[in-house]
Amino acid sequence: MDKMPKWADVILIPLISLFLAALGAGLVLMATGQDPIAALGVMIEGGMGSSRAWGYTLYYATNFIFTGLAVAVAIHARLFNIGAEGQALLGGVGVAVACLQVPWPHWSLAVIGALVSAAVFGGLWALIPAWLQAKRGSHIVITTIMFNFIAAAVLNYLLVEVMKPAGVMEPATASFPTATHLPSFADMLGVVGIPFASDAPANFAFLLAVLACGLVWLLIWRTRLGYEIRAFGHSETGARYAGISGVKIIVVTMMISGALAGMMSVNNVMGEAERLVLNASEGAGFIGIAVALMGRNHPVGVFLAAVLFGFLYQGGAQLSFQLQIPREMVTVIQALVILFTGALDQMIRGPLERAFLAARKGRA
Amino acid sequence: MDFLTLMQILDASLRLATPLLLACLAGLFSERAGIFDIGLEGKMLVAAFLAGAISATSGNVWLGLLAGIGASLFLSLVHGLASITFRGNQLISGVAINFFAAGLTVVASQSWFGQGGRTPQLSGAARFDPIVWPGAVTKIKDLRNADPLTQAYSELLSGHAIIVYVALLMVPLSWWVLYSTRFGLRLRAVGENPAAVDTAGISVVKLRYAAVLICGVLCGVAGAYLSTALQAGFVKDMTAGRGYIALAALIFAKWRPWYALSACLLFGFLQALALRPDVLERAIGLKVQVQLLDALPYILTVIILAGFVGKAIPPRAGGEPYVKER
Repeated sequence: MDKMPKWADVILIPLISLFLAALGAGLVLMATGQDPIAALGVMIEGGMGSSRAWGYTLYYATNFIFTGLAVAVAIHARLFNIGAEGQALLGGVGVAVACLQVPWPHWSLAVIGALVSAAVFGGLWALIPAWLQAKRGSHIVITTIMFNFIAAAVLNYLLVEVMKPAGVMEPATASFPTATHLPSFADMLGVVGIPFASDAPANFAFLLAVLACGLVWLLIWRTRLGYEIRAFGHSETGARYAGISGVKIIVVTMMISGALAGMMSVNNVMGEAERLVLNASEGAGFIGIAVALMGRNHPVGVFLAAVLFGFLYQGGAQLSFQLQIPREMVTVIQALVILFTGALDQMIRGPLERAFLAARKGRA
Repeated sequence: MDFLTLMQILDASLRLATPLLLACLAGLFSERAGIFDIGLEGKMLVAAFLAGAISATSGNVWLGLLAGIGASLFLSLVHGLASITFRGNQLISGVAINFFAAGLTVVASQSWFGQGGRTPQLSGAARFDPIVWPGAVTKIKDLRNADPLTQAYSELLSGHAIIVYVALLMVPLSWWVLYSTRFGLRLRAVGENPAAVDTAGISVVKLRYAAVLICGVLCGVAGAYLSTALQAGFVKDMTAGRGYIALAALIFAKWRPWYALSACLLFGFLQALALRPDVLERAIGLKVQVQLLDALPYILTVIILAGFVGKAIPPRAGGEPYVKER
């Protein structure tokens, strides 16, 4: 017998966690002498108040959908992938290689090429930690942390020594050719006559992210592989008795996870910056952890949590703009969300379960 | 490369190894008791911030040190609450702590001092000064003409902040506590087989909290060292991955104190070399990529983890919350 109805698990607990995180963030703001209610007002106006605001919110959300899905897929196999950040950086290298090396005739072809290239780079970057976990038992959390740092060093090396055009000081690739530029929301909505701010970075990649949500749902709940992944995550020994190869599941799951993280770069590198710079992913890989935890590892949850974090990110930018509250405030909120939804889950769940049990007994 | 340059690099290695060593020993106590801690970085960071801030406002570095330890202990308690009391995921708790520290230190220093996420420059009694040993030569001109023994004595042994010597003394102390005291035996046992410890009538929860708090104190000292001794003041994100390097050193050392010392000295040496690529190039006659030196600790750790150079086996009950049988 379940201790709690499903709606409490899926909706109530995340909402309580979110409320506690908001409370914590409010306390931090009050301690720094700011009015939390006014700050929230600025965030809502700046993150949702105009089409430009939505353009930024959905742009960030696109990044977080990809990295959130990446973390979520891995968690289904009980693998904690902290390496989405590094995989996203390498995905950026993949996008840059695809956009700069191939003379694409049209963006619709370029985006497919870039997507595949980003997925391959990100997936391969996840392959080594996966293989080490599967074959040598090295803890995937530690190896993926190490691979984040190695990825940063690799990107630094590539940009400074290999991919930087001659005669330029800044460690960045050349700008991608015009034929690879993705249409923005203003371009796409303009076709059907809906006006949208043209200076907002949200672009075609958002649709790809939504598509990815659907595909991940199909993968996890409607395919044989997804069943095997969930079985393995539920019980390693059980899965082994059912004839599921642990090595295969770890390697395949981590490569799918890395590929999803890598594909994020189609949004930020190809869709926005239109060139590859240092630290291109800007911590989105880590936000993916919060998004996956908050979204309960379900694509719909990940989508909603990603939009929420996109809003927080854009609203946070407005905070620093208008109230001189540093952008890092968003990092604090992110940490509190991870803490309450991830680590202190039992603190919220325990009393709630007892309350539901008591209510049920009262009725019976 | 002349002898004095070598001494200077070793001297820098020792200074850079100190925070790594303290954080590594901190992680050692925690993980030996079965509590994984990837939040070393965050604890060091809050300690560095509060130590810098309190030293700057009070003008007393010892108060700063205490404040730093206090800040680190607070996060240790959060980690203990999440991973011991509420039996949550220790890794997720560590990740949360790291982000919390990264964000909060900038928000707090900005609202407190308004200097773009840094604390004011420290000087005088607000900072740990180097301790010059008797007879040590301090002027660089005299040092150049001195004999190698004096050079080694003056550069390498003398002239460090007190925390450097404390960190070195912590190694035999940790070794003694872990291997020669009843507390140490129980601590190690609770990381391998908590049920056995529980059966013997010893509280698993208390032992694990003790380990987590020791970890907090050591991380606090490590963080305070960064902002009040290694540098003069806190700057945004000043730990710069040291908590993760300490974690790498811990695995490298296979969770043993003396090996932790050598691993941290090695990683400190790599960091010192990364600061002086010119010396390295002259020494081996090849251009070495700085990025490679930066990434080397992580690459070495992955190789160790892969089991190509001996197998690193973590404490058996590490990362698993203990559930008492009913």
